Amino acid sequence: MTDKIILELKNVSKYYDDTPALVNMNLYIRKNEFITLLGPSGCGKTTTLRIIGGFEEADSGDLLFEGRNINNLPAYKRKVNTVFQKYALFPHMNVFDNIAFGQKIKKLDKKIIQENVRRMLRLVNLEDFEKRSVDSLSGGQQQRVAIARALVNEPEVLLLDEPLGALDLKLRKEMQIELKNMQQKLGITFVYVTHDQEEALSMSDTIVVMNNGIIQQIGTPEDIYNEPKNAFVARFIGESNILDGYMTEDFLVEFLGRKIKCVDKCFPGQPNVDVVIRPEDVKVVPAGEGMLDGIVRSVTFKGVHYEMMIEGQGFAWMVHSTIMAPVDSKVGLRVDPNDIHIMRKEAAT
Amino acid sequence: MKRQWLASPYIVWMIMFIVVPMLLVLFYSVTEQTADGYRFTFDHFRRFVDPIYINVLFRSVALALISTVICLLLGYPMAAILASKEYSRKKILYMLIVLPMWMNILLRTYAWMTLLERNGIINTILSFLRLPPLDILYTNKAVVLGMVYNFLPFMILPIYSVLSKIDESVIEAAQDLGGNSFTVFRRVIFPLSLPGVMSGITMVFMPAVTTFVISRLLGGGQFTLIGNLIEQQFLSSGDWGFGSALSVIMMLLILASMGIMSKYEQEGGGGALW
Repeated sequence: MTDKIILELKNVSKYYDDTPALVNMNLYIRKNEFITLLGPSGCGKTTTLRIIGGFEEADSGDLLFEGRNINNLPAYKRKVNTVFQKYALFPHMNVFDNIAFGQKIKKLDKKIIQENVRRMLRLVNLEDFEKRSVDSLSGGQQQRVAIARALVNEPEVLLLDEPLGALDLKLRKEMQIELKNMQQKLGITFVYVTHDQEEALSMSDTIVVMNNGIIQQIGTPEDIYNEPKNAFVARFIGESNILDGYMTEDFLVEFLGRKIKCVDKCFPGQPNVDVVIRPEDVKVVPAGEGMLDGIVRSVTFKGVHYEMMIEGQGFAWMVHSTIMAPVDSKVGLRVDPNDIHIMRKEAAT
Repeated sequence: MKRQWLASPYIVWMIMFIVVPMLLVLFYSVTEQTADGYRFTFDHFRRFVDPIYINVLFRSVALALISTVICLLLGYPMAAILASKEYSRKKILYMLIVLPMWMNILLRTYAWMTLLERNGIINTILSFLRLPPLDILYTNKAVVLGMVYNFLPFMILPIYSVLSKIDESVIEAAQDLGGNSFTVFRRVIFPLSLPGVMSGITMVFMPAVTTFVISRLLGGGQFTLIGNLIEQQFLSSGDWGFGSALSVIMMLLILASMGIMSKYEQEGGGGALW
């Protein structure tokens, strides 16, 4: 990843029949960056991608490519290629012709096309599939053809719209690693759309969390996970305990009827805050030794850890712990001040 | 497979009303009636190899082909408009296309006669506008016009149904890969719509080549088509043998053209045409 900005959205808005899909979006994408647009369905992430690809026109705002405005540049003239959600392979062509499509339009020499297509087939591990019809391929193979078809044109930016959504879990994990490797090897900017937070966390350089057409937070996966800006991000990225808090002085927050030390400053004039605590940051200790006591209501084994619902002080705490406490037992809960995240109330943002 | 007997009424029906009549036609075409019964003969077919009759067949095929091409040229854009997402009056347009089919073909064709008459509506308007009159009634042009008018929906509907089923993202993918509107149409939309084009062509060409109503009314009988010739054999000349032979030739012709078309369709889903 370099510091050179390749693509920039400035105050971009888009409405569908008065329903906002994107509201005043500002975003810049650096060269060779793996950037992921993450959010629930209808959050505007696909609309953003379609505006960059040229399939949708923004109602207002500017789209800059290497500093030049490309608002009115038709899709076929943009140095951007797309991997579509359902692959969108040409059903009347075989694998070779699908991948060669873009190159044939550019009227490249036949030999060069053949070389390029073969090189791509090697890259996506489909060397022997040249003459196969696309219908005869499995989902994962079709996906690889779609990626090869886009990459062979050496785009500056590759747009990927939930490309792994239709694959099963195991294949998805494999393709995630492969995609990340390809991106690093080829040095192409990837703009990746997904609603799968785990996928976003494991692949991206930068994550853009969106909701209702508004960017909630932009940051590295670590930032987004460890320092979510608001309760929406916290809830969307992993599971969280979100409590109502009250805060009038720095480093001291009041919730569940007690004052507790924390590491965040207060927001002047906005005493009501969200207190976010990750389930794995709640430690189970013997009763009486923690911040508060609670009764274990349920225990579910999740493989790496136990997921427990512990009721304490009128709040149902979700706790992830490698130590299991039996149902109905009384335990203490302790949270390190470092792990208490204070956020503005969502309505105030 | 236990319910196979459910098909039997249909099979009986089809044997009675399709297979038997066709065998009868075949029988009449290769026999002639003599004093002591039926005698096998190829005379009816031999009679057909006469410049007059060959010309009739040629003219039938030519007029049907011209009509089919015109239907395709008019119908494809229409089908594309109907299938396009942006067009909002789709339902009205669709109704207007289907509506004439609710009316009897005879009535529709008679209507064209009065429209095209020397003192008909069209010529009245033309003379009012001080334009030269349109004198095409009882010519090939009028026959082609009648065929196009009557059979155009059969071209539009299958193409429309195929076009509207093409996945939008496939078209977007073609644009994404650098195809301008023309390239996208030529390399993706048209090849994908070929099955619809093929069935449209079949559905227009077959009734056009066998019609006798349109050619009799709008062609004025002076331009006999193969359909008229067959009708004549059965209704006026009473020569069932020759009429049957003509029908068999017609059927073979249609069979051959369908065979050629299905071959095209199979070859790479139509990609071979380009």
